[in-house]
Amino acid sequence: MEIVHVYTKLRSEFGRQCLLSDRPAELLVDVPPDPSLALQFIQKTPRDQALQACRDMSEHQVNTERFESDSCGINHVEGGWPKDVNPQEVEQTIRFRKKVEKDESYINSILQLGSVMEHCIRQNNAVDIYQVYFEEEEEVEEAPDAPSAKTINVFRDPNEVKRTVTGLSWHPDGGRKLAAAYSCLEFQKTSKDMSLDSYIWDIENPNRPEMTLKPASSLICLDYNPKDPHTLVGGCYNGQIAYWDTRRGSQPVEVSSVEQSHRDPVYKIIWLQSKTGTDTFSASTDGQVLWWDVRRLSEPTERLVLDLSREGNLDRALGAISLEFESTMPTKFMVGTEQGVVVSCNRKAKTPAEKIVCTYDSHHGPVYALQRNPFFPKNFLTVGDWTARIWSEDIKESSIMWTRYQMSYLTDACWSPVRPSVFFTVKMDGVLDVWDILFKQNEPTLSLKVCDEALYSLRVQDNGRLVACGSQQGGATLLEISSGLSTLQKNEKSLLAAMFERETKREKILEARQRELRLKERSRSEQSREEDVGREDGEDSPDQLISRAQKDFYSVVETELRRRRDREDQENRRRRVPAFPGANPSLDRFLLEPSGASCSQCS
Amino acid sequence: MAEVEETLKRIQSQKGVQGIIIVNSEGIPIKTTLDNSSTVQYAGLIHQLVMKARSTVRDIDPQNDLTFLRVRSKKNEIMIAPDKDYFLIVIQNPSD
Repeated sequence: MEIVHVYTKLRSEFGRQCLLSDRPAELLVDVPPDPSLALQFIQKTPRDQALQACRDMSEHQVNTERFESDSCGINHVEGGWPKDVNPQEVEQTIRFRKKVEKDESYINSILQLGSVMEHCIRQNNAVDIYQVYFEEEEEVEEAPDAPSAKTINVFRDPNEVKRTVTGLSWHPDGGRKLAAAYSCLEFQKTSKDMSLDSYIWDIENPNRPEMTLKPASSLICLDYNPKDPHTLVGGCYNGQIAYWDTRRGSQPVEVSSVEQSHRDPVYKIIWLQSKTGTDTFSASTDGQVLWWDVRRLSEPTERLVLDLSREGNLDRALGAISLEFESTMPTKFMVGTEQGVVVSCNRKAKTPAEKIVCTYDSHHGPVYALQRNPFFPKNFLTVGDWTARIWSEDIKESSIMWTRYQMSYLTDACWSPVRPSVFFTVKMDGVLDVWDILFKQNEPTLSLKVCDEALYSLRVQDNGRLVACGSQQGGATLLEISSGLSTLQKNEKSLLAAMFERETKREKILEARQRELRLKERSRSEQSREEDVGREDGEDSPDQLISRAQKDFYSVVETELRRRRDREDQENRRRRVPAFPGANPSLDRFLLEPSGASCSQCS
Repeated sequence: MAEVEETLKRIQSQKGVQGIIIVNSEGIPIKTTLDNSSTVQYAGLIHQLVMKARSTVRDIDPQNDLTFLRVRSKKNEIMIAPDKDYFLIVIQNPSD
């Protein structure tokens, strides 16, 4: 609608001065709001519109046209001669030169320049200022940068109810993908609306998982097939094993039958080396280790009950928490149990009884992680209770190296695939420790607080630089380790081999010594038993044992007290301090106490 | 005149000095101890170099000026002492 206001003025009045006069305000146009028009419009939620009164500017990029340049030299042959002098004429040039030489300013300049020049010449002669010192020495190795690790990404559980990341597995081909198993291991803490999914993450994209795996029950552990990067196998909370092919979608391709699977959550599942590349084995706290062929998950191909009495009795079997398999030793494998015992087994044994080869009494609690050193397969690392221990296969009595008791529970550990002396551990206070046993043995080389909640799983990628650790709240953190900790140092293997040998020898010597002592004890007790043949059998009744123990105890205490008193007396005499009560209150205790006081309660 | 000769002779007698050239502001070699063709070549090329160096120094800081120019090469060192109207060029083989 156009608002037009017409203003007329006589032509003759143009140019005259304006005589302005006041005029009351006039309403020119009044357009009342027309609610009916509102129906033609949609109300939009209030928006913030920023305005700025400024000049409009635009950004342009400019690329100049390629400028072709060509290098060429100029040969300056002659030139600069004044017009009257012909450069070819030798006489003229000589004459010109002579004229210049007679010039006053020439003489002055040359004298001055000459002195400057002489200085520099002498300088050159005195010292070769461009001398190269230490030329071509072997390259000094750059001081290894301080160990450090950087968090690259955090992959959070997209569900509302956060679950713990209990299993991690790197994609075998280049490690660009990380599969994480989510489950809630706390007894009866699983809620109905807790999602059962596990995810495969692309490490570049932490916002959304690349793929979801939908098992029937939440996955505790999973493993990528090292031969076929599209397939994964996972162990569920209800004891089943599920097999996925990522090309075929999120549902498992096959799931093992419930009757034939484990009775407890499957804590660890690993692919085996086989010609067909379809064999895997799993372990669970129900005491069984089952072998499966993924083409036929209806029943396991083999079964092993972890009963140390070798009777195959499930009731007495030890619950398995971790498994270890090294492809360089395909017939042997190790199982870490809830009871703290590591069982070493041979797969190719003829009878089930012979399957269990030996045991190592390792920790006070469940052995949460178990891994052989990729460079020294005879040595393996176990983690449980508050320590991490390194064992040698030959020494069964104790570990050859161990960390001191840490402040919080260790939940997972693994060796670095590139550096034989480096291993990583995660703890329940959310700390990731990197241990370099060639550098420092009693403390971690690098200790990083990854998150506030407990860390439950850890996996190093094959290149040794990227480490993924999973926390209780479902966050999987990806860290990059500094190059000092992920590149093989000179002589590392030989140094580490020497260290392991040394520790193994030490343990062997200790073991031998123990055995000797035990033998001696036994022979002595046998002797004393022959002498005591005449004594009654009631000798060993508990009361008499107790009274004997009491008597021994009090006599020991008394001798100790007496010894101390003698020592104090000696000191007193030496110091020439009057030995009466009150002079030295600290000694009064011994002087005032009657000698038989401790024995007064004795029988 | 004699002092000039004496100066040049002194410079020439220093260890390692291979040649001396005196060039004027137009690039004409006034005095030289080398043969004609080398002299002409040096004179022309170095004249340009000095001009460029001087203008560089003065562009960066107009109060500044070029006092000396050393061109060290694998085989020898060319030293140029510039002045308002003339430059003195000395080619020396550095002591090794």
